[in-house]
Amino acid sequence: MITLVKRRGSYYFLAVTLATLYLYSQSANITTSVFSIAVTFAMPLALAAMVGIMCERTGIVNIGIEGTLLLSSFVAFYVAIAAKSILIGFVAAMATGVAMSLLLALMSVTWKMDQIIAGTILNILATGLTSFFYIQGNMLPSMFKQKPIPGLSNLPFFGDVLFKHGLLMYLGFVVIITLYYGLFHTPWGLRTRSVGEHPSSADTAGVSVSRMRYVNVAVAGAIGGLCGSYLVLELVGSWNRGFTAGKGFTALALMIFGRWNPMGALAAAMFFGLAQAGANQLMINGTVNIPPQFVGILPYVMTIIVLAISAGKVRPPAAEGQPYEKGQS
Amino acid sequence: MSALLEITGVSKQYPGVLANDNISLSVSAGEVVALLGENGAGKSTLLKAVFGLVKPDSGEIKIGGEPIIFGDTAGIISRGVGMVHQHFQLVPVMTVAENIILGDEPKSGLFINMKAARAEIIALSTRYGLEVDPDAVIEDLPVGMQQRVEILKALRKDVKLLILDEPTAVLTPQEIDELLSVVRNLAKSGVGIVLITHKLHEVMAVADRVVVLRGGKLIGTTSPKETDEAGLAQMMVGRSVVLQVNRTEAKRGGVVLEVKGMQVRDDRKILSVKGVDLALHKGEILGIAGVEGNGQREFVEAICGMRHREAGEVIINGVATKNMDPHGAHEAGISHIPEDREKHGLVSSYSIADNLILNQFDQEPFAKGWIRNLAEISKNAIAMVAKFDIRTPSPSNTASSLSGGNKQKVVVARELSEDLPVLIAAQPTRGVDVGSIEFIHNQLLSARDRGAAVLLVSAELDEILSLSDRIAVMSGGKIVAIVDSKGADRNYIGRLMAGLDK
Repeated sequence: MITLVKRRGSYYFLAVTLATLYLYSQSANITTSVFSIAVTFAMPLALAAMVGIMCERTGIVNIGIEGTLLLSSFVAFYVAIAAKSILIGFVAAMATGVAMSLLLALMSVTWKMDQIIAGTILNILATGLTSFFYIQGNMLPSMFKQKPIPGLSNLPFFGDVLFKHGLLMYLGFVVIITLYYGLFHTPWGLRTRSVGEHPSSADTAGVSVSRMRYVNVAVAGAIGGLCGSYLVLELVGSWNRGFTAGKGFTALALMIFGRWNPMGALAAAMFFGLAQAGANQLMINGTVNIPPQFVGILPYVMTIIVLAISAGKVRPPAAEGQPYEKGQS
Repeated sequence: MSALLEITGVSKQYPGVLANDNISLSVSAGEVVALLGENGAGKSTLLKAVFGLVKPDSGEIKIGGEPIIFGDTAGIISRGVGMVHQHFQLVPVMTVAENIILGDEPKSGLFINMKAARAEIIALSTRYGLEVDPDAVIEDLPVGMQQRVEILKALRKDVKLLILDEPTAVLTPQEIDELLSVVRNLAKSGVGIVLITHKLHEVMAVADRVVVLRGGKLIGTTSPKETDEAGLAQMMVGRSVVLQVNRTEAKRGGVVLEVKGMQVRDDRKILSVKGVDLALHKGEILGIAGVEGNGQREFVEAICGMRHREAGEVIINGVATKNMDPHGAHEAGISHIPEDREKHGLVSSYSIADNLILNQFDQEPFAKGWIRNLAEISKNAIAMVAKFDIRTPSPSNTASSLSGGNKQKVVVARELSEDLPVLIAAQPTRGVDVGSIEFIHNQLLSARDRGAAVLLVSAELDEILSLSDRIAVMSGGKIVAIVDSKGADRNYIGRLMAGLDK
């Protein structure tokens, strides 16, 4: 079963690679720019999916990612303006993400609340706070600028696509790769996964289930803060109501599609980013003439399709959503 | 030499039950102490307290002379306490190696050193003669193998005190013998061992000392030299127990249930029942003996409508049936005591009263049209609780509040209440204490004497031998032999189970 999915994944990869090679041979410039834009679309989704992976691998369902992104991007924006420093804005956004996560952990680990309700509370909280405090007509003092990485950025194709971005994008890649190795090759990852799959096994092996859950959910919040910061301080540069536009929910779909694996979710996010960047390019070229609203719908339609395809074929961490009671096995 | 484990005056109150009542106990190095008691006598609670998983209300637990701290399981493990839990504490989707190293992983830099882990596990398994494949995934392994992993996990840190909580409940006779010899060797090498079990002959075979709990109290301490199995059973239950089933000659009637050429796939879509023919007669108990995982579960589930059959026929009272759902199977006259009572036998969050009528909730007198008749349901529950000796403060308590043996009695009571022509009992006494086993066995026999056709599936060869009129041995998804139980040779059947004889 798993090998089958893996094989299917490599078919996708092969198909995308071949298509890319073909397009590149047709028009190197446009292909490169589409991919480069795709990466900027994909990164926030991928990071948001990392938030989900961190939480669910440890057994906590987090449907409050959207709220975490919304509030942390909001804080990033206004703190950066107030402090006249995007760096301070970034730090404040991370702190906001952690705070939101700790609230989730408090509700779901300590109070053993229903985790769907806990996540919904985060979303409502974020929507309420940001709508209430939103003031129009502010400008960021600056943004995280493109910093090409010396040497690597001169590579053909990959240089432009991967190595000509801002600091937060690079940080994002570091986070995803670290998370991948962390989850599957370190003691921390083994313990995290055991807590998410079968918490009493972890407990009887001397691993504290609630501590693992608290720490991981908090780190997930920090990643959410990074994601919010990236959106507002590096990608867009302004903030308006409903700024995150459902990315936190799309991320949940990508997490599932990527089978709770950071690399899988990154690939899924890249696929999404490409589809959107490609559609944008087609519109700019005038190859197709469809109202932009339809292009705007694309991510959501794809979410539905992706979930329909992967539904029933994936296996979530067994203990997700269940509060752990010590001594009950 | 001071005691390895010293328990002084430990009490633990759960809502409605005093699980441990002022228990004192000590275990020294090199000694095997058997802890005996009925389900719900408080054994598991006591040992969880030793492991820091349950906080006693009062009393003190010392390991190696030092008191333990509640919640400090890692600290307790590092003091040389290993525990093999009754419900395996293994992560099903992970490998043997990952499960064994969990909590104390060999590292190189930041990463887990899988190579070192594998080497360590192979060394460990050769040292104790418990062979495992470090890279096998737990959920693909048979229970006996999982148990081995669980034991290796406990033995990994130079254990001084090893606690085994019903380690033989799911093992074959051969595996049990192996395990008991491992236990003896460990004791010889100076490890103190606490063994919880329901099987009295195991106690007689390995224990140096036997401690009996009943209703949360320590009833007494004895040793195999001073008593026999009947004596132990009496101490446990508080009355004398008939260990040998008193079985009369079966009055065999015509064929009630006939299975022809049945093929069934298991959860992983692998064909696990490979063409089974079987005829079950009125008024007999047909026992299916076999090592678990040889298709018995899938076979039973296919008959009871819980699993689709690929091929073959199920004929009930001469009528061929199609693939059915469990309701259809019940309508066709099959009552079923499922193997996994928690999952398929009970709705844990429902009351005992409701669980007792799950199979007839929509029928008179328990319902009139759309309306449930609560008075009848409760009347039935009171009668059943009395008749089947289900120990509960009230039938309106949830099923989850019952101990294992009493849960099983609820399932048995419900399935026998209708008097259907076919009764399929899968592992009916698994994890059940002697008192309840005696009771359930008698119920199965009286169902037979009433004229029901009873199919008994059990991993306990002794149970099969003592109850069945005929014995079918299942191995590799096939019935390899059907023998009359009169004069059946235990060793011969054991060899057939292991797939040695053809």
